[in-house]
Amino acid sequence: MSRATALPLTRRLVAVRVIVVLTAVLGLNYIVWRWLFSVHWSVWWIAVPLVIAETYSLIDSLLFGLTMWRLRERGEPPPAPEGLTVDVFITTYNEPIELVMDTARAAKAIRYPHRTWILDDGNRPAMHEAAEAEGIGVITRSADWVGMPRHAKAGNLNNALLATDGEFLLILDADQVPVPEILDRTLGYFTDERMGLVQTPQYFVNVPESDPLGSQAPLFYGPIQQGKDGWNAAFFCGSNAIIRREALMQLGLARYAHDVELGVVKALRTARTVLQEARESLEPGQERIAEALDAIDHDVKRARRELARGVALFDVTYRFQRRIDSVHRELVEADLTAVAADLAIIAELEALAEDPVDTLADISSAALDRLAHRQWSPLGAVDAVRALVEAVDVGRAGEAQPIMPLATISVTEDMATCMRMHGLGWRSAYHDEVLAHGLAPEDLETMLTQRLRWAQGTVQVLFRENPLTQRGLSITQRLMYFATMWSYLSGFAALVYLAAPITYLSIGVQPVQAYSVDFFARLVPFLIVNQLLFLVVANGRPTWRGQQYSLALFPTWIKSFTSAFGNVFLGRDLDFAVTPKTKREPTGPRWDRVRPQLIAMGLLALALVIGVVRIAVGQAPLFGASFNMLWVLFDLLIFSVILRAARYRGFEPEPPPARPPAHLAAPAPTHRGAP
Amino acid sequence: MIEIDVTTDSQGIGVVVPKGRLTMVSAPQVRSTLEQLVDAGTARIVVDLAETTFLDSSGLGALISALKTARKAGGDLRIARPTEAVLTVLRLTNLDKVLRPRDTVEGAFYV
Repeated sequence: MSRATALPLTRRLVAVRVIVVLTAVLGLNYIVWRWLFSVHWSVWWIAVPLVIAETYSLIDSLLFGLTMWRLRERGEPPPAPEGLTVDVFITTYNEPIELVMDTARAAKAIRYPHRTWILDDGNRPAMHEAAEAEGIGVITRSADWVGMPRHAKAGNLNNALLATDGEFLLILDADQVPVPEILDRTLGYFTDERMGLVQTPQYFVNVPESDPLGSQAPLFYGPIQQGKDGWNAAFFCGSNAIIRREALMQLGLARYAHDVELGVVKALRTARTVLQEARESLEPGQERIAEALDAIDHDVKRARRELARGVALFDVTYRFQRRIDSVHRELVEADLTAVAADLAIIAELEALAEDPVDTLADISSAALDRLAHRQWSPLGAVDAVRALVEAVDVGRAGEAQPIMPLATISVTEDMATCMRMHGLGWRSAYHDEVLAHGLAPEDLETMLTQRLRWAQGTVQVLFRENPLTQRGLSITQRLMYFATMWSYLSGFAALVYLAAPITYLSIGVQPVQAYSVDFFARLVPFLIVNQLLFLVVANGRPTWRGQQYSLALFPTWIKSFTSAFGNVFLGRDLDFAVTPKTKREPTGPRWDRVRPQLIAMGLLALALVIGVVRIAVGQAPLFGASFNMLWVLFDLLIFSVILRAARYRGFEPEPPPARPPAHLAAPAPTHRGAP
Repeated sequence: MIEIDVTTDSQGIGVVVPKGRLTMVSAPQVRSTLEQLVDAGTARIVVDLAETTFLDSSGLGALISALKTARKAGGDLRIARPTEAVLTVLRLTNLDKVLRPRDTVEGAFYV
């Protein structure tokens, strides 16, 4: 846990800190008053959700303030030392060959000495030919991966790591075209020998000024990353990042040690249950088998004792397997094959070891339980125990490579990998200079798929490796990771922020005791300083589009939580889809993909009309109704982006094609294209 | 490149001595040497680290890969006589809890 270094107190930083303190004080003042004095308990069904949603937003705002507290502008990078070895990885699966080759040519032209590799997970002959023709290497999965879980991009990178030997890796998505200086501008940070990762912005060239799909993320690739950087928690974002191989390999080994240990402990526990049940099902005349089962049970107990005593795990499993093998052999030799193992059962065990979803450390307890309680024939039980322990043995039988440096617990491998790296004490840096030019989705549907994937990946990490409980991270590093995860909960808050004014205007239900002077005197100052914080932090970068999408994509954020929950805890499929990089055929607006938003807008508009009528007939108080109508109008303004996005027909470049500015200038979500 | 001595003792146990720096540069070579040994029928292997002056995570990763290969073939891989520098790498990754270094090459398969 490294102490964060001292930051120069610039005027901007002083201003930010003053406003952060003000936001916190005013926000807490408001929310405490809300909970204690202004909840309209008699309509709890809307009043309580509202005050919870408001509390959620305040915590979001406090976490944002904490992030900004140490906003770190690194400025000019240190010069790149000579003589480092670098591999440039371009990851691709199904992107068009020409698109990949554009990136590959640019990568080859990077000035600092390096080797360029295309990591073609599609294993396409045409890709191979095109690359070879220009002297660019292609890496495809080794034979070890046949029949093994592939782990998407993380697997692709893990495979390439073993096929190369550069000290540093530059990772590029297939559509991120690097500038020649990218390594010269970033390698200097690695003179700090604990520096594990340098992330640079993702900037998209096929996005118009108005950015209807909210593709650019100038607030995230800017103040937010700089703030996280101040706490030594700059995130790895999957592309446009340089990583120290040693840091990756070390975390691969640490994970391996951890997973193997956890897996063996679990397997031994299950083994005992299998044995006990097999023992109970024995019939008279099977004493020989009973003896064998007892012998194995004895060995299981002994193995568990040894592990508890701290005997090295590999020694324990080695001895254990030797013992089981000999018991097994004795049984077979004694011609007890009459009670032959159920082959289907063994097949199931092997499938368990190869379960593509789980790493061996988290073979689900449910799967193990199922296994433990099925009807075993005695010899089947012996086989089962053997297969179980093999499954989680040193070799990680169910994985292509024992060492998986890039985390495979999430569909977005970057965040989990980075968090583990920080947990091992490595540092990261965010270098705020556009050094690669990428392509963003150009239609609503693709954009929605991509946002869902990012959100799901983040939530998976939250559920599998909650940053608040990870060892090795400082408290603020934990909070920096948690802040991003927290922001994706905004989907649930959005539901409440829609429902509250609609119910007030249409049926007169008031969740707050009174829309009174007291209420506004507390709320308005908070809202003002909160916006002021955004303004100062953004420093000219547009933030409106990001604010819109953090609410307007509420169905996506909600789905990310429900699907990731189903995936992590119930073993369901995530419906994972690779983000298409090609332009889709124009088919007309996909209104069906934004139906919840359209319904919300319809209800908002309807509430507005009813509100006007109720004021006119004297049924609603003017003050409260006007406030709620303003609220509705604000919601409508937020949601209007959806109409624009659905009608967006793709990017038409305007002549002349301007080079993008070094610093991003386009609207953005607060956290990497999400809320 | 790294120099690797390979011998087989009277018990059929392979003894592999990497001399010099076992790093990301030499790891592939060490891995393939060990794998060839297993393929050739020597599945019980001791890696003598007394002359390994430096080991990084990639080097250690190569040993783990070879361990997997050896166990698949019904054997095992043991490490012996690590220097302090090598022990540090083992501790950093918590691998010392699972892979116990032996004090001698001869006794590696008997203690």
